[in-house]
Amino acid sequence: MAEIKLTDLTKSYGSTEVLHHVEGDINDGEFIVIVGPSGCGKSTLLRMVAGLETVTSGEIRIGDRRVNELEPSARDIAMVFQNYALYPHMSVRENMAYGLKIRKLSKAEINKRVEEAAEILEIGQYLDRKPRQLSGGQRQRVAMGRAIVRDPQVFLFDEPLSNLDAKLRVQMRLEIRKLQQRLGVTSIYVTHDQVEAMTLGDRLMVLNGGYVEQFGTPIELYDRPASVFVAGFLGSPAMNFIPAIVEADGVGFARRHKTGRRTGASG
Amino acid sequence: MVEDRPLTSILTHFVLILGVIAIALPIWITFVAATHDELRMNQVPLPLWPGTHLLDNLTQTLFGAGLSGSQGAPVWLMLLNSLAMAMMISFGKIAISLLSAFAIVYFRFPFRMTCFWMIFITLMLPVEVRILPTFEVVANLGMLNSYWGLSIPLIASATATFMFRQVFLTVPDEMLESARIDGAGPMRFFFDILLPLSRTNIAALFVILFIFGWTQSFWPLLITTDTSMTTIVMSIKQMLEAAEQSPQWNIIMTTALLARIPPIFVVISMQKLFVQGLTETDK
Ligand SMILES: Nc1ncnc2c1ncn2[C@@H]1O[C@H](COP(=O)(O)OP(=O)(O)O)[C@@H](O)[C@H]1O
Ligand SMILES: [Mg+2]
Repeated sequence: MAEIKLTDLTKSYGSTEVLHHVEGDINDGEFIVIVGPSGCGKSTLLRMVAGLETVTSGEIRIGDRRVNELEPSARDIAMVFQNYALYPHMSVRENMAYGLKIRKLSKAEINKRVEEAAEILEIGQYLDRKPRQLSGGQRQRVAMGRAIVRDPQVFLFDEPLSNLDAKLRVQMRLEIRKLQQRLGVTSIYVTHDQVEAMTLGDRLMVLNGGYVEQFGTPIELYDRPASVFVAGFLGSPAMNFIPAIVEADGVGFARRHKTGRRTGASG
Repeated sequence: MVEDRPLTSILTHFVLILGVIAIALPIWITFVAATHDELRMNQVPLPLWPGTHLLDNLTQTLFGAGLSGSQGAPVWLMLLNSLAMAMMISFGKIAISLLSAFAIVYFRFPFRMTCFWMIFITLMLPVEVRILPTFEVVANLGMLNSYWGLSIPLIASATATFMFRQVFLTVPDEMLESARIDGAGPMRFFFDILLPLSRTNIAALFVILFIFGWTQSFWPLLITTDTSMTTIVMSIKQMLEAAEQSPQWNIIMTTALLARIPPIFVVISMQKLFVQGLTETDK
């Protein structure tokens, strides 16, 4: 279990900066959702935490360690990918055990952990199948199982549900939430689906074009959006906007329709 | 073709049968010739049905000196030499190509693309083109008349490197990332993930390379002078030329028949993986 601290984090590919000065403190056991439109840098941010992308500048701390220079395997994290990234030639059991085998855990310990995870995820009867013999939902569970057996300090999810059909997605969303609460592991979850974000997260980090627009609880974001972008992005049905201009006529703000007719609102 | 008229059906079968005969007839004649004695083989017309001397021919070819009156090595030794050469060439080629493709696809090092193109350019330099310098190098290294000399100059392979590069490029990036999170280092990733994922390609390539290695005749002819290093394919040619008297067709054909067995065995035993490689879509 650990808190995560992102300090002035920047990422550039060549001369193009794709993440700008990202700040954020994540508490121990919290479920954080990073949400934003496609291409805004969500995956990049997550992969920087995972150690799959280098940090251009700034600092990432997990627990009390600075992890910028650590290999992914040394960061004590587990990641679930969108396409699951299961090893196709290994059985479900081997897939889950692979990381533990490399860490040289004893056979008995590995077996115990795999059985436990399989039990939690209800994939016990598939343990000896190959990934290609499983449905999308089952593969998704195996990918989760692979994360759980590692018993990590942090779970990272990169759009783990977007390859599933709508019904299964809702069901898995609930399960992920319950699982996370049960295990109490700090989690970062990336999605472009605002409904998923609002229902899953303790707090949401809204990204737009590489900037953090707002970082807060769903209710905060909904009641007090920090920008037009956040207000427009969240909520279903979408919020209504009324175009207005600020006037300094000594009384206060005035809203004006496109027609030019004054509609009042003074203070 | 989806048409199903009797005439087309007859025509296609006719062509197919013709093709089978064209391929099978020489093999049949080889077999028949290997079952007669020397005398019968020098009379016209040549026999078209098997005789009774197959066992005699086999023992004389395999364990005798081969051609009567020649100083050649027994054929079992030649088979062994050929097998060693073909195996060393195919395993060497596969190992080197796998490793170089691995380096080119998964590592960022200076002059990576230069290396890639240098490997690629060697496509233009098969043994036949670089024969003199290669011979000199092999001779200077003291590898004449050895298995190393037979195989090493043929091992570097741009085609296989290129093929494995293409195979590795189809492996999703997430596979590598997943392995990194699991704590697998580069070589572990190579052996645990990449190798199993390319095993059908390796099998297919092995078949092709084994036959390539097995049928080499020019290079072995150049660098072996010791009869104990003769390979079977080059010996067939020598047997034809060695004959001061008329060629002993029964022995030559028995040798040819024996030379054919290992490649056939390799093809048949690899067939399943080969087909799997073509039909398997999951990666
Ligand atoms: N390897 C890369 N090289 C250059 N640009 C990249 C690379 N990876 C991602 N980007 C760019 O970074 C931005 C953020 O990408 P990403 O984090 O994948 O977005 P998303 O929010 O959809 O997950 C995109 O504009 C993308 O084009
Ligand atoms: Mg993404």
